[in-house]
Amino acid sequence: MAHYLLSVHGPAERTEFGDYGSREAMEEAFAATGAFNEELKSSGYWVFAGGLEPAATATVVDGRGDAPVMTDGPYLETKEVIGGFWVVDVPDLDVALALAAAGSKACRGKVEVRPFDGLA
Amino acid sequence: MESGLTPSQLELPGAAAVERVFREEYGRVVASLVRRFGDIDVAEEAAGEALVAALEKWPVTGVPPNPGGWLTTTAGNRAIDRLRREGQRDAKHQAALMVYDDTPHEPTGPVEDDRLRLLFTCCHPALAVEARIALTLRLLGGLTVAEIAEAFLVPETTMGQRIARAKKKIAAAHVPYRVPEAADLPERLGGVLTVLFLIANEGYLASGEGSPVRAELTDEAIRLARQLRRLLPQEPEVAGLLALLLLLEARREARVRDGQLVPLGEQDRAGWDRTLLAEGHALVRECLATGRPGRFQVLAAVNAVHTDAPSAQDTDWSQVVALYDLLVRFDPSPVVALNRAVAVAELDGPEVALALVERLPLEGYHPWHATRAELLRRLGRSAEAKQAYDAAIAASANSAERAYLSRRRGELV
Repeated sequence: MAHYLLSVHGPAERTEFGDYGSREAMEEAFAATGAFNEELKSSGYWVFAGGLEPAATATVVDGRGDAPVMTDGPYLETKEVIGGFWVVDVPDLDVALALAAAGSKACRGKVEVRPFDGLA
Repeated sequence: MESGLTPSQLELPGAAAVERVFREEYGRVVASLVRRFGDIDVAEEAAGEALVAALEKWPVTGVPPNPGGWLTTTAGNRAIDRLRREGQRDAKHQAALMVYDDTPHEPTGPVEDDRLRLLFTCCHPALAVEARIALTLRLLGGLTVAEIAEAFLVPETTMGQRIARAKKKIAAAHVPYRVPEAADLPERLGGVLTVLFLIANEGYLASGEGSPVRAELTDEAIRLARQLRRLLPQEPEVAGLLALLLLLEARREARVRDGQLVPLGEQDRAGWDRTLLAEGHALVRECLATGRPGRFQVLAAVNAVHTDAPSAQDTDWSQVVALYDLLVRFDPSPVVALNRAVAVAELDGPEVALALVERLPLEGYHPWHATRAELLRRLGRSAEAKQAYDAAIAASANSAERAYLSRRRGELV
């Protein structure tokens, strides 16, 4: 088995309906994502998942010097950011890709699949 | 099994002969080692060591009766030795343990073939298309990185990095080494067919300085296409690709004479392989009956029309043009338009065809220059034709093709 991060990417700027065009669309996506999460759990591939607050809530900490330096805002100034993610434990990349396709459909966002080099 | 020595075994092989045998067997050896050791790099290193061993031994003992088996066994032993030596390293140690694991491998689908599995691994949709082709040419075709770089017109270091990156992704992202499930096959198939076609193309018109025709590549492409057909007998594009490869292969002997490429119209039709033609034509008829045309079926049909004609003059050019009209729907590329123009020249004359050719944005593509040269020649515009031949000769990397083009240019007054 191998672990993958399935991260959902979307616009950094969110409306009151998140990344979605309307309240209905947002609620549909949340419901579909919830159903996908349940499927992941029952299939045994589930490790961990979460949605992230907007990038504007991020703080960058640089602790390499004598005293840590805090900076308001995300590390990268980009138009697209990670909005949420799943961590799955699956036999191989094909299973991870199939899950990413289902997850992408459910949450209506593009999903990046990246293998873990190791887990602590 | 035959007993006694065959004449070829009595003649001791030189290094070039050993390398030729090695190249023919390379894909089989590597695919088998990848299955056994689960690591492409281990497989490639071991195959390389087996070549060194063969170069030492075969010139003394002769080529063994089953060179592929000899190379696979030798490479396997070298890989085990190496893994034992490096056994303290974790990942390698685990790989070494696989050697002693004699449980049967998981079933991989209806067709059990190491090379087919490696083909689908190389053509995984998670890899960039150019990386798929490069990796397949390297691992199954046995081409060197330098040869692949030349075919892609990129520096060798660039191609080396591209192949290394693809292999690293296969290992780190756990791209599975198997033929996909039936449900996944159709979407994976397009890429696999394209790669097989490109391998065969490289075989028919090798881009490097060596032999103009590389039979080991065309043989391998045909062998894999046959395997695919057994796997997917209902898929007309698979039948179409196999038909296309067979119809091209049937003409192989007639395509080069005295180191010069012989164009279709001048080939000795008696030199075509009747058995391969019959098999190819039967497949094309089968495709027609299915009624689900696709790119490779149409290309095969074009070749069926050519090979059906008793002489070049008897070719049914209106049918060829009609097929190219259909092909444009599947592949609206300028290269297809160029091939269509060649047929139009036979049907409507060189002037009409030249007007079509001049419009195509293919200045970097040597067949465009060669086609222009032939059309200008037929129109009696010799000076322009000479320039076009020069451009075609400069752009072509195939020795037989350059020889042909030079002769044509020399015939101009």
